[in-house]
Amino acid sequence: MRKWKLLALAAIAGATAIATAVGVAAPKQHKSVTLVWWHNQTVGPGVKLWPQVAAEFHKLHPDITIKPVPLQNEQFSTRIPIALQSSSPPDVFQNWGGGQLVDQVKAGKVADLTKYVSSWIKSIGGSAAGWQVNGKQYAVPYNVGVVGFWYNKELFAKAGIKSAPTSWPQLLADVKKLKAAGITPISIGGRDRWPDAFYWDYLAVKLCSKSVIQQAAVTYDFKDPCWIKAGTYTQQLIDAKPFQDGFLASPAQQGTTSSAGLIANGKVAMELQGHWDPGTMQGLTPDQKVPGFLGWFPFPNVPGSKALPGSLLGGGDGYACSWKAPQPACAQFISYLDSPTVQNRIGSTGLGLPVRKGTENSVKDPNLRTVLKFRSSSPFVQLYLDIAFSQSIGQALDAAIADQFAGKATPQQVVQKITAAAKKK
Amino acid sequence: MTSYDGVTAAGRARARPAALRLSRKGVEIGLFLAPAVALYTLFLIVPVVEAVRYSFYAWNGLGKLTDFVGLGNYREAFGSGDFRQAMEHNGILVGLSLVLQLPLALGVALLLNRPLRGRSLLRLIFFAPYVLSEAITAVIFLQILQPDGVLDSFLRSIGLGGLVQLWLADLGLVFYTLFVVITWKYIGFAIILFLAGLQGVPAELHEAAAMDGASSWATLRYVTLPLLGPTIRIWAFLAIIGSIQLFDIVWIMTLGGPAGASSTMASYMIDQGTQRYRIGYATAVAVILFGICFVVSILYQFLVLRRDYRVGTSRMAG
Repeated sequence: MRKWKLLALAAIAGATAIATAVGVAAPKQHKSVTLVWWHNQTVGPGVKLWPQVAAEFHKLHPDITIKPVPLQNEQFSTRIPIALQSSSPPDVFQNWGGGQLVDQVKAGKVADLTKYVSSWIKSIGGSAAGWQVNGKQYAVPYNVGVVGFWYNKELFAKAGIKSAPTSWPQLLADVKKLKAAGITPISIGGRDRWPDAFYWDYLAVKLCSKSVIQQAAVTYDFKDPCWIKAGTYTQQLIDAKPFQDGFLASPAQQGTTSSAGLIANGKVAMELQGHWDPGTMQGLTPDQKVPGFLGWFPFPNVPGSKALPGSLLGGGDGYACSWKAPQPACAQFISYLDSPTVQNRIGSTGLGLPVRKGTENSVKDPNLRTVLKFRSSSPFVQLYLDIAFSQSIGQALDAAIADQFAGKATPQQVVQKITAAAKKK
Repeated sequence: MTSYDGVTAAGRARARPAALRLSRKGVEIGLFLAPAVALYTLFLIVPVVEAVRYSFYAWNGLGKLTDFVGLGNYREAFGSGDFRQAMEHNGILVGLSLVLQLPLALGVALLLNRPLRGRSLLRLIFFAPYVLSEAITAVIFLQILQPDGVLDSFLRSIGLGGLVQLWLADLGLVFYTLFVVITWKYIGFAIILFLAGLQGVPAELHEAAAMDGASSWATLRYVTLPLLGPTIRIWAFLAIIGSIQLFDIVWIMTLGGPAGASSTMASYMIDQGTQRYRIGYATAVAVILFGICFVVSILYQFLVLRRDYRVGTSRMAG
């Protein structure tokens, strides 16, 4: 008797479950959907702008509700793989493109957006390339910048340097001049490894041809001599001892003794950093303002270069839709972020450098305008190599370069280490 | 069996209620144990078994486990200079903790055990760092130890500017700098533990020793220390395991760098897993770490702690 009762109960429970499932599924046909949006705007102008954009979008598309979930930037690297592996991934999530996106595509975790964005993607120009895999658009950037030298004009003048260096030998000569004037030439956040890699990456971008670099991100073949050359030039800089005391342990962004803090407070003459650096510095000065002495110049050219003149190293932020996200709602939302109305505000609030053509003038800061000018006129913007490469290889590269900065690896060994890492997968 | 037969035959009438009681008792035990066993299995046994499974694959955390590499990950770990360096660091840490922290903590505990003005305040001061979280400790010391930071300024202000070092950037020094920070953080725990142990040393033994004309050194050596033995052994066990698993302070202060100069097995594991997405390989490292902790724990229990379990003899054996 008891067993029967139990069975009956189970049957009722099962029927209810099915009914509930159907009940949930039914409204989906009315296309009323909610998109969970994982973004990294936990500080700065995005804190206000992103929720605003989400609300606007809902007004334009009443059947689509956006639920923004701000997450601290560093959490993405650990939380995204786990979330994508689960059965309830976020619909829209922060994506840096490159090799990480390739890995996500290979595992079938992100949606192909090509057909949804094809009508307008040309209006963001070459910026879209870093978020493509095999010619298909799997994610879309909304903010792309390039790496360059942020420098203290006053300290440069004090050391008798009239204009920013345009060639590698000039940079090395200026380092000498600054040292002679008792000024620490360059700050670098060696603890975090990726700032070290900016030098090596940039020299590779300047020394290797475009095809060699792009091939390397697919085949992981580093036989071309330009890779070792990038290391030898890096070594020239290391040997010139231009960095602050204890640079191997300095963080890049935390505190006034970080590499950004040192330049923000007039303690060093320059720092090779991304376009976000003024924003970081702002938080590290006593008056919470971007210092007035700040200027920007692009990475100097290198003799014997095989690269296209004006090639740059950069990267940015984009969004991808997970495999489970309702389409076309998700693609529509991502497209909205690249619409002129949002792009103009990304520029005017200082959230980032807009990618859409025609919105450049929204950027007010003169230095960022220079950055934007160089980005727009560049024939080739290479994604940061640690992002462009598959995660394991990119991080192995950063670690190997950091070893070189610590005097623990030669240019040859850096190439050996990354080749070995590529074999391991 | 045979011996029971007679009993059962004779007491058959009463056997049934007894069996019933027994099975009811079993059910009760089962009911009370079940939640704990279920939780323990779900959150400890299952993950460990799963980890062992993952460690046989090359896996980047996305997609299905398809790339079976057998013991390849383990071979790579033991063949890796970086991992061996990390293991070495853990080994040194165990040694330094026992050799330096033990006498230091013991000395302070003995001092604080004496009737002393402001004793509670002193105890509080020594114990305070232990209450701070690892993350806060690491961030504070990261600031203090920066070049021209608080420590450097302090040294210069008292005329010891010559001692200033690149505390965190010097490849030969950074690990020992971290050891000092760790000692600052955890010594309070050892002191509190030893103080508690000292409370258990009966005053009459000290009196007896004094009557017999034992010097204070002899009293310490032959009365206090032996009676403190169980406490010291427990502390040493915690210190060894803590040293093997050390992670938070290292990760926040140096990320194991520069160039791996301050890495530990745990920092190496996290670097490989969450930075490089080599989840399969990192899991193999985790299994190795687990294995080491497991073996050390078992050996320690068997060789060292066992005598403390033999109630009654422990005091004599000391």
